[in-house]
Amino acid sequence: MSKFTLKAAFISLMMLAIFLGAWQLATQPKESAVQAGADSEYAQLMGTGQQKTGFPTPGMVGKSFVEYLSDPFYDKGPNDKGIGIQIAYSLGRVALGFLLATLIALPVGFMIGMSPLLYRAFDPFIQVLKPISPLAWMPLALYSLKDSDISGIFVIFICSIWPMLINTAFGVASVRRDWINVARTLEVNPLRKAMLVILPAAAPTILTGMRISMGIAWLVIVAAEMLVGGTGIGYFVWNEWNNLALPNVIFAVAMIGIVGMFLDLLFGWLQKLVTYRE
Amino acid sequence: MSTHFLSVENLKKVYPSANGKANAPVFEDINFHIDKGEFVCIIGHSGCGKTTILNVLAGLEEASAGNAFMDSREVSGPSLDRGVVFQSHALMPWMSVLGNVAFAVKSKWPDWPKDKINAHASKYLEMVGLGHAIHKKPAELSGGMKQRVGIARAFAIQPKMLLLDEPFGALDALTRGTIQDELLKIVQATHQTVFMITHDVDEAILLADKIMLMSNGPHAKIAEIVEVTMPRDRTRAGIHHDPQYYKIRNHLVDFLVNRSKTYAGADAEMFHDPKNPPLVRPGLDSEPAQVVALPAGKPAPQLKQVVNQ
Repeated sequence: MSKFTLKAAFISLMMLAIFLGAWQLATQPKESAVQAGADSEYAQLMGTGQQKTGFPTPGMVGKSFVEYLSDPFYDKGPNDKGIGIQIAYSLGRVALGFLLATLIALPVGFMIGMSPLLYRAFDPFIQVLKPISPLAWMPLALYSLKDSDISGIFVIFICSIWPMLINTAFGVASVRRDWINVARTLEVNPLRKAMLVILPAAAPTILTGMRISMGIAWLVIVAAEMLVGGTGIGYFVWNEWNNLALPNVIFAVAMIGIVGMFLDLLFGWLQKLVTYRE
Repeated sequence: MSTHFLSVENLKKVYPSANGKANAPVFEDINFHIDKGEFVCIIGHSGCGKTTILNVLAGLEEASAGNAFMDSREVSGPSLDRGVVFQSHALMPWMSVLGNVAFAVKSKWPDWPKDKINAHASKYLEMVGLGHAIHKKPAELSGGMKQRVGIARAFAIQPKMLLLDEPFGALDALTRGTIQDELLKIVQATHQTVFMITHDVDEAILLADKIMLMSNGPHAKIAEIVEVTMPRDRTRAGIHHDPQYYKIRNHLVDFLVNRSKTYAGADAEMFHDPKNPPLVRPGLDSEPAQVVALPAGKPAPQLKQVVNQ
């Protein structure tokens, strides 16, 4: 590791320490407002006698981390599953919805990227459908698909498809004229041209679209799972909120962020793989 | 139907303007022919439509009127019979140098096994002096080396005709010289038929058998065809010692500087038969260049020409 990276890591750690310190200070147990001489039974009944603020301290959240991460894959019934299982459910839905979106967005994007006519024809639909919040589809999905699990996957599908479609079309449409002309003068057949010239030329743009889509899908799955319930990290958050177990909520929020970061890193790596230097 | 290897008849190109009305044609009445094994250069100012003519010959663009025939067949659409070297090398940056040439070779001979394709591609890369760099990516090469790969790619498919669109335009003078030498060697060895666009008068004299001079656009035409009468075994080092060299050079520069505006085209000031552009041999003359091939029954064009001495 270079000296530069070490320095940056040190500053990052310092910021984390300051943040945790401030958090600790802000949530430290205070003296109760209830006077010592007052009816202690009444105070206990009202929940004020425990001398705690409502918000959990870093220590309590840390306990949640240890507790859940030490046994991530237990399964004790529908409302008590390990965090690993919940995340796996969410990732499974995202993967399935994302895969379906890719299967449609890439060929269709290719098609409209190749044809300016189709590009114009599809454009109004894309422009109208793109800004719709994926969760707005939820009632329609639940009604027509009649299954909360499939509806969740559908929502992922519908939100991932647009960035991929648009980027694929744009990437394909803006492949350098010269490369197309080379393929033309070599009488390359359309399939070979698509696979060996257009696809690699447009790959960086397409991967950018996929990376954006994946980011959105991970944002949306949490919200979707809060709505449909059952399993998944989103449901976990909602469940712990209903239990008023805020340390667990904070733990889950942190996990969502970390998993999201790794998804993004994965696509960043794929992107690097297909990027070419001119 | 003519008996020439390539013949171009009454070619014309009009680009539609933004408001839908027809613009003045970039060029019109373009007639010329190229025989097998001939190296023909075309020179003219920017905007006279040289690249468009080349693209029509390559089959990448359609002319608004007129026809081009190669090997007694009409040129329609691109073909492996015509190799093109693009001005901007147009290498695929995600393929290696060998991959770029092999891609072309496989396009021409899809049934060849991989070994044979790679061996064939390597042979042509060695021919342009890039045997050591075949596994590099184009981004790792200098501009001159990239252009060499482009030349190797075009030669590797063994086309009946080679079209070069100002291939050395973006190179520095030293690199250009070396690659010109290489191209000259290859062409002398293979007797390749070549049509080449250039801005460089010296390059044209070094390489070409015939140099077509285009007047300025719009309404550009082929004003003259200059025959380079020096012996074919030219070298870059020795060519300027030939007594013909400066006569031809002066004639060309003179055309570009003084006469390209007035010879033909929009503001043509003198008689000119575009169907049969005059063939001149300034290298052989001690006097002002004479028109050798005259349209029958027409008076000689009055050439406004500075005497070369």
